[in-house]
Amino acid sequence: MLQISSLKRISILFVVLLGILFAFPNFFYKHVEDYNDAIKSKALLDGDTNKSDLTYWWPKFLPSRLVNLGLDLRGGAHLLAEVNVEEVYASRMDSMWPTVRDALKAERGQIGSIRKLKESSFGQLRISVSKKEGLVRAIEIVQAMAVPVSSVNALGAKDLLVSGQDGELTIELSEAEKLATNDRTLKQSLEIIRRRVDEVGTREPTIQRQGERRILIQVPGIGSANELKSLIGTTAKLTFQEVVRQISNPDEAIKPENGLYKAYSKESTNAEYYVLKKSPVVTGEDLTDAQPSFDQNGLPSVNFRFNPSGGKKFGLFTANNIGSPFAIVLDNEVISAPVIRDAIMGGSGQISGSFSVEESSELSVLLRAGALPAGMIFLEERTIGPELGQDSIDAGKVACLVAFISVLVFMFLSYGLFGIFANVALIINVTLIFGLLSAVGATLTLPGIAGIVLTIGMAVDANVLIFERIREELKTSKGPARAIEVGYEKALSAILDANITTLITAIILFVMGSGPVRGFSITLGFGIITSVFTAIYLTRLFIIVWFERKRPKSIEV
Amino acid sequence: MRLKLIKGKTNYNFFSKWKLWLGISSTLIILSCVSLFFQGLNYGIDFRGGTTIRTESEITVNVSQYRQALDVLNLGDIVITEVFDPTFRENQNVTQIRIEAQDGDESITASTVKSVEVALSAVDPGIKFPLVESVGPKVSSELVKAAVWAVISAIGAVLFYIWLRFEWQFALGAVLALVHDIILTMGIFSQVQIKFDLAIIAALLTIVGYSLNDTVVVFDRVRENLRKYKKKNLSEVLNMSINETLARTLMTSVTTLLALISLYVLGGDVIKGFVFAMIWGVLVGTYSSIFIAGTALLYLGVKRDWSKSSANQGNKFGNIDA
Repeated sequence: MLQISSLKRISILFVVLLGILFAFPNFFYKHVEDYNDAIKSKALLDGDTNKSDLTYWWPKFLPSRLVNLGLDLRGGAHLLAEVNVEEVYASRMDSMWPTVRDALKAERGQIGSIRKLKESSFGQLRISVSKKEGLVRAIEIVQAMAVPVSSVNALGAKDLLVSGQDGELTIELSEAEKLATNDRTLKQSLEIIRRRVDEVGTREPTIQRQGERRILIQVPGIGSANELKSLIGTTAKLTFQEVVRQISNPDEAIKPENGLYKAYSKESTNAEYYVLKKSPVVTGEDLTDAQPSFDQNGLPSVNFRFNPSGGKKFGLFTANNIGSPFAIVLDNEVISAPVIRDAIMGGSGQISGSFSVEESSELSVLLRAGALPAGMIFLEERTIGPELGQDSIDAGKVACLVAFISVLVFMFLSYGLFGIFANVALIINVTLIFGLLSAVGATLTLPGIAGIVLTIGMAVDANVLIFERIREELKTSKGPARAIEVGYEKALSAILDANITTLITAIILFVMGSGPVRGFSITLGFGIITSVFTAIYLTRLFIIVWFERKRPKSIEV
Repeated sequence: MRLKLIKGKTNYNFFSKWKLWLGISSTLIILSCVSLFFQGLNYGIDFRGGTTIRTESEITVNVSQYRQALDVLNLGDIVITEVFDPTFRENQNVTQIRIEAQDGDESITASTVKSVEVALSAVDPGIKFPLVESVGPKVSSELVKAAVWAVISAIGAVLFYIWLRFEWQFALGAVLALVHDIILTMGIFSQVQIKFDLAIIAALLTIVGYSLNDTVVVFDRVRENLRKYKKKNLSEVLNMSINETLARTLMTSVTTLLALISLYVLGGDVIKGFVFAMIWGVLVGTYSSIFIAGTALLYLGVKRDWSKSSANQGNKFGNIDA
């Protein structure tokens, strides 16, 4: 007969209360948000997590997690960047050249003279060997330089791929090493972007890797995608390179081990060029600090300091090259090329070009955060203004409310008292969705709101199925208790099958979708789970409790 | 007194006019395909790359003035549409500008957006740009692929589930109904040229979910009645099952439509296309789960001998569904 064990009753009520508890902070969204921010900044400032003496007050025993609002509701910028990992392959090869050269030169007797050739594809090192019969030996030498790839997925694989043909030696990174390099490059890029975005200090940015070589960046509250792009799109790759000569004709032929670099100037009319040795003396990775300052002429400049190994390399180089110029290169542009007057042993120095004060402080931020290991191109960008987001929230709220009320009225008119049970369950259902969203820290988007509205419409379905079934069972006059019992029993398989199929599509949407679509799949999926729960447990509990109290001889559904 | 969409017990014969329903559905499908083929879908930037800029102004918009200002920039094909919505404020004038994808993989150069913004600000100094989105051709082609896969895998997964829970005839019937719904929805999007973007794919998948929901409820009853009334022929059982679940089918459609229509009217213009797809999907899905899924089941026939299904396992002909 109609009954439900007290353990079950308590569990059902417990789940409902838990849901309400987690949903609760969202009713005071602005206030709780300010409160959370206050705690966060306080913890950052003085490491004090004592929550009692804040201007914003929120009971400690209540959860303070909120539903995250997606970019389309809050406004902000969204970028999808692809990291140009080939650049890393190429610079690896460039930096290998001196070592390879020295190793091969040592066996000149067998190999003959060597010469670096222009690479036929990006990220290759091509060397011609004058004695063709020595090629086998040359390959052996280079192969001996290969080391195992430092990655768990590539056990035993070597990092170099060496091949030779017709007196020509080709060296490139092996597939396994390329994959490991991609991985490392992406991790570094993520870290550096995070640091740069954090310096600006906005709330909860999303910075994620997507696939093999892409990064998704979402920053709420930032003015535009362009602003975000200039913040993170700059590589800020600083190198100190040896100057071969200064030229004015960019078409002039240069040796493969050297590269052509443009001189940085604001007026791009009379461009100057430098020929520099490609492999740098010291790179920005050896920097420990960079601060904006002014040089002896009172012009804005950037002071920097090397770590010990960088300082040593720099000191050695300057000591050996007194009297000749060296170039400070930022993102492949020569910022300045001062002449070395003295050995610089202290490990610190100053970059001065024709900076403005803003530029020097921006440059020092970028240098401090570190250089991006490779450039990026932006495949997708979106800017959403905060007003549009607010409009969407307002419209969504009104639509939700109207949808809610019309469904509630309709259900009451159709099923009377049972309709009220279903309505209370529906209200709790939506609360539970918000509770779940807050508890797992999911993001609510505009399509997500649509998902909730759709759930409001569809959630009653399970109850409708049950009530219609009870109506049918009442016709075959089995008495009200039996009719309710059988109604629930028989409707169950239809409810489960119908909802599982919808859940399957929600899961597929979640896996395959991105951004707003994913937001929709989350609310749809949660809506299915909570509506099945409320229909087969909660309304049942209501009906049983009511039935126990009233013991009606007959019921009308 | 209760509000009842269906008075008492119904006994409609849903299959007496099956030729008519089949005719209507086939005609609509053919029309959809013709429209899709000749007119095509009005793809948003998600699927073909390019940039959309939403403008908002307090003064009345003069589209031709905007066009003049932008034509000199030589950005290729530019579409400017004015947007109206009941949720807008009194002096909120909104347009949507779409610029085709420029060369290269990248989404857009900062200077292109800037030049458009400057050109429009010259026409209307108070203009604002609350939404600027651009998608590079590389990503958009991947998004198309992912979307097609999403729809196909959703249908596949569902086919598999229903086959597990019912019989293959049910699964096929349900999927025929689904394909019917998806084609008709894409057809209407092509016919009225509503923007077809990623969100619409989400709507399509929701239609898949909804239409199935309906179909499964009917099939569940068919399964139950097939066991109960072993002597009745299939068309009688189908009719009876659809009649018995009719009240529920309509109730759920009405509550869902109530919610969706309020979202359509009050939810703002940004998700209008999305909600439109779902409203249409609910209507088509309700129709198809009665007429298409049912008719397909009738045509395919089902195995009636549920009780003996396990006893026949050893027989080498036992697994052939008849």
